[in-house]
Amino acid sequence: MPEKQRGRYAALAIAAVVIVVGIPLWWKTTETYRAWLPFSEISELDSLQLQLSVDIEVVFSRGTLTPEQQKKFPLSHVNEKEHQVDAKTGLRYKYETRYRTATIMEEDALNQPTAAEADLSLHMLSESSCGSVVVYVIPESSTLLPEVRFRAFVYFYILKSLLKLIMLIPAVYFQDVKVYVGQRRTALLRSPPFKTSWNLKEVLSNLDVEVEQVVSTMSFGHQDIVAALSNRVRMTKVTKESMADSMRAIKSSPGYEITFSLLNPDPKSHSLHWDIEGAVQSYIQPLLNKLAPIANFSVDSQILYYAVLGVNPRFDNSVSAYTLSADSLSHVINPVEARLGSNAASSNPVLNFLLYVPDAHHSPLFIRDHSKREVPSNAFHSPRWGGIMVYNVNEMYGPEAERPVDININMAKVMGVFLAQLRLMLGVQHTHPPTGFVLQSPGSAGLADWELDRLLWSRSVENIATASTTITSLAQLLDQIGNIVINDNIAQQVSSAVTSLQSAVAELEAGNLAFALQYSREAILASERAFFDPSLLHLLYFPDDQKFAIYIPLFLPMCVPIVLSLLKIVSEAKKRRADKQAKSD
Amino acid sequence: FRLSSLIGHISTCPSLIGQCCQRHPGSVDEFQEELVIRPLHSGDIYASFQFRTLWDTDFLQEGQKVSHYRLFPKSLGQVLSKFSVRELHISFTQGFWRTMQWGQPFIPSPPGAELWVWFHDTVSDVDGNWKELTNVLSGIFCASLNFIDLTNTVQPSASFKPLGLGNATDHRFLRYATLPREIVCTENLTPWKKLLPCGSKAGLAVLLKSEKLFHSSFHSQAVHIRPVCQDEQCTSKAWELRQTLNVVFDLYTAGQGKKAFRSSIYLNCGKTGELFELSPATPLLSQAVVLGDRRTYSVFDLTRAETFGQLRSLNLLLRWKGDGGEMLRPLLHAERYVAGFGLQTGEIHTVIYNNHPYRAFPVLLMDSVPWYLQLYIHTLTVTSKSRDNKPSYIHYQPAKDRHRPHLLEMLIQLPPHSMTEVTVQFERALLKWTEYTPDPNHGFYVGSSVVSALVPSMVAMSTNFTQDQPLFSSFVPVKEESSYFVRVYTEPLLVNLPTPDFSMPYNVICLTCTVVAVGYGSFYNLLTRTFQVDEPSLPLAKRLANLIRRIRGVPLLT
Repeated sequence: MPEKQRGRYAALAIAAVVIVVGIPLWWKTTETYRAWLPFSEISELDSLQLQLSVDIEVVFSRGTLTPEQQKKFPLSHVNEKEHQVDAKTGLRYKYETRYRTATIMEEDALNQPTAAEADLSLHMLSESSCGSVVVYVIPESSTLLPEVRFRAFVYFYILKSLLKLIMLIPAVYFQDVKVYVGQRRTALLRSPPFKTSWNLKEVLSNLDVEVEQVVSTMSFGHQDIVAALSNRVRMTKVTKESMADSMRAIKSSPGYEITFSLLNPDPKSHSLHWDIEGAVQSYIQPLLNKLAPIANFSVDSQILYYAVLGVNPRFDNSVSAYTLSADSLSHVINPVEARLGSNAASSNPVLNFLLYVPDAHHSPLFIRDHSKREVPSNAFHSPRWGGIMVYNVNEMYGPEAERPVDININMAKVMGVFLAQLRLMLGVQHTHPPTGFVLQSPGSAGLADWELDRLLWSRSVENIATASTTITSLAQLLDQIGNIVINDNIAQQVSSAVTSLQSAVAELEAGNLAFALQYSREAILASERAFFDPSLLHLLYFPDDQKFAIYIPLFLPMCVPIVLSLLKIVSEAKKRRADKQAKSD
Repeated sequence: FRLSSLIGHISTCPSLIGQCCQRHPGSVDEFQEELVIRPLHSGDIYASFQFRTLWDTDFLQEGQKVSHYRLFPKSLGQVLSKFSVRELHISFTQGFWRTMQWGQPFIPSPPGAELWVWFHDTVSDVDGNWKELTNVLSGIFCASLNFIDLTNTVQPSASFKPLGLGNATDHRFLRYATLPREIVCTENLTPWKKLLPCGSKAGLAVLLKSEKLFHSSFHSQAVHIRPVCQDEQCTSKAWELRQTLNVVFDLYTAGQGKKAFRSSIYLNCGKTGELFELSPATPLLSQAVVLGDRRTYSVFDLTRAETFGQLRSLNLLLRWKGDGGEMLRPLLHAERYVAGFGLQTGEIHTVIYNNHPYRAFPVLLMDSVPWYLQLYIHTLTVTSKSRDNKPSYIHYQPAKDRHRPHLLEMLIQLPPHSMTEVTVQFERALLKWTEYTPDPNHGFYVGSSVVSALVPSMVAMSTNFTQDQPLFSSFVPVKEESSYFVRVYTEPLLVNLPTPDFSMPYNVICLTCTVVAVGYGSFYNLLTRTFQVDEPSLPLAKRLANLIRRIRGVPLLT
């Protein structure tokens, strides 16, 4: 009996050693390294509650309010709006409005003869911070705002497949002007007729509708923000137009390469010269300088000889010109793209702008839209890719001119079109101002301050949405596949992405737009770097079944005796207990 | 003797070269192209295309980014300025140049891919730049240059001097690597053609039809970028991009010579010797001295209308007159092989020939050997005319396992009309099982040795710098009249390494597990088995007897 007891103890001891020492040792030596990740914080980010705060200042100039009404100033008012976009994403807009009367200097500035000059001198007085809006309420009788008849350029978009045509058609309005939006962050608002008997509250509530319109023009509209969230949210509630805008704009990226290419398919007849260096300096660079907080831009240009479009233009007898119909435009790009060459030195997205000078036998060449009308700019653009402009030169020389003909390209004409296309690509949304609004043209900078703000708002939200999706899907992936090695540097990238994201959300809440964008860019960079790290792929294809197949020659002969003897011990113990019970009975 | 003819037919208008090949009025870049056809003594045809883009600009200027390109390809320009490259030479070669049969090529290149780059001396992290540059170039040329890493990169101290402006001597900024196994095909030719300003649409490049080019005995395409002088006074810098393509067609292979040039031909310089009769005759003859040999070339200038005659086309006919005596033997020639047997040790033999009848001259031999051939440098011997020949300069950098290759550079004086043999023994290393290539029994390539020398010239070389020199004679700057620079590449070596059975790891695991399991089993048995006194069972006879007794009802036996 003691002998049997000893055997039992030996079996138990071996089982204990295998379980206590062997299995942990094996586990430890074959385990993959997985650094700690802030899973709880990531899951918090999964449900995103964004708050966008805008500072609004409403300044009443002399003659708009009665002295009695003025006494109660200054005064402020907070207005919040909440939207639940989907189950995991919520938006809250916080408009903090402060009301005050104009200072003497501002009154002087408002006494300038024209609105543009007033706008400039107001800008000289004080620089408003990024993302804020200042509305000056001026008396109804003020002559600052243009009365009637002004011309504005309106872009018509024709949406068909991937290509869109831009037409620049001057449109003429005959209308009373209510609001003037300047080049900076100020707007002039003609005060609606107030009754002197009203108290201040009534006056302000009367003004509210107009102020709100101004703010949604100059700061952000709900549709744009929802469109910017397209990475997280399924696009159902968005209007077709803001969807088109966001699809046309190239995705947010830390940098962009802009390439201008001159296609000369017929160097035998045309010797083309373009002053691209000067043109970039005077037309493109001011816009890019303005956009510097959003991304880094680099500009290149090249000339491609014997580069032809992919489609043969059709000759139209009625106008004795060659035409490209809108349907065929989608076939134009691919053959050209092979010649463009990729950007070897960086991995940023490339925006291509091609200037195509048709060969002598195929000119003039015109682009026609879907309603068979000629496109005045003779240009089209392809969303997220770039634009192509056709430049006819056949009128510049007679039939007896000696070939090749030297031709200087009018860069102002070309760059005007490319600039408009570049604005679209960069997502400077085309705003549809309510009736009665006058938008000052952005001038030499190519971009008004408030347009930049609009871009900053949607870019910050887009970056936050993208980074949070990336980081949550990475966390999900790492959680699901236990084989992936998580190195320290990946854990560090993930943590820094999470912290940047949190700071970006916080800055957005505090209304510091510039910082919010900065942090959101950092978050996107860190999250992409973590997501695309090659070290994540190393052991991905080492499946568990194969691993265990290798271990079977060891595990099977070791475990079978242990398990069997354990079973035997258990059954003996049971038997003994049963015996004991039987005895005691 | 077989009469072969070479037929060309021109159908393209010459004025497009006017656009493409001549200096743009008022601009600062220039494109020039040239084709040299040299009938070889073996009966083959050697065609050498050179395309040169000159641009009066400086990529490495401080604070000013070059970003507006006309003739110079944008992708290469961006690479140059991003990685601060001073000089870049890259070549892809299929086949081996047979120096003894074919003479010296205009631009030599080793089989496979070769890349050497001089970086600007402001670069702080040369290795990092080199790594990134090779990755980018492998993207541009669709080649596996990304396999260039520290284990096959060397920094030769003397063999590769910059060919362009500036005499940098600090070889810390030089990187040299070869991939002898690289296979060159159309996928490499297409991106190479794309770098030309007119692509393959105009000029000589229309002749580059890949199905013909790769059906040849030798094919080599290269890109050389270097800074050169703008003018004779050398007041300012210009960048030169030289794209070269050398092909050797075998005329005896059915109809090859005819087909290759059928579509159209541009001949800037066609060469005739007295062995050949050329029609149509060209009024332009030019003499050029290249590689120590003065020759007369018939020149067809395609930018001039009279070259084409009435038909606006050019047919070119070469008639072999007969076997024309001895070929001029190349003065310098080298070959290499592996000797020895078994898989443990071996010996590399490099044989260098000086065929000059009476002049001795020094040569620089450069050898880059991968780390898995462990060289025994004490066995290095150099013998000429069965006598010991002591090198006057030896630069040896031993390998580090898995980090860098061996580099051996020697300056050897070659006696006149002699054969010099350099031998060194090596041991083959056993690699880790993940380090073997996918086809390890094929063997491992060792890149070509490079022999660089200033060879005494039979005729006076011209040292003056002129713009109108033909391209094929102006690649390597000539510094003195009496000698010319030659670089000779030997054959690459194919060495077998001891190759294990690759199912071994699994076998080892299984075997070990089984041994452990058997040992464990007996150990376990010994520990847990309990010994009990058991009643001995009855022998079989007694049990049978008991069975019968039970039936009979008799008391059983015990």
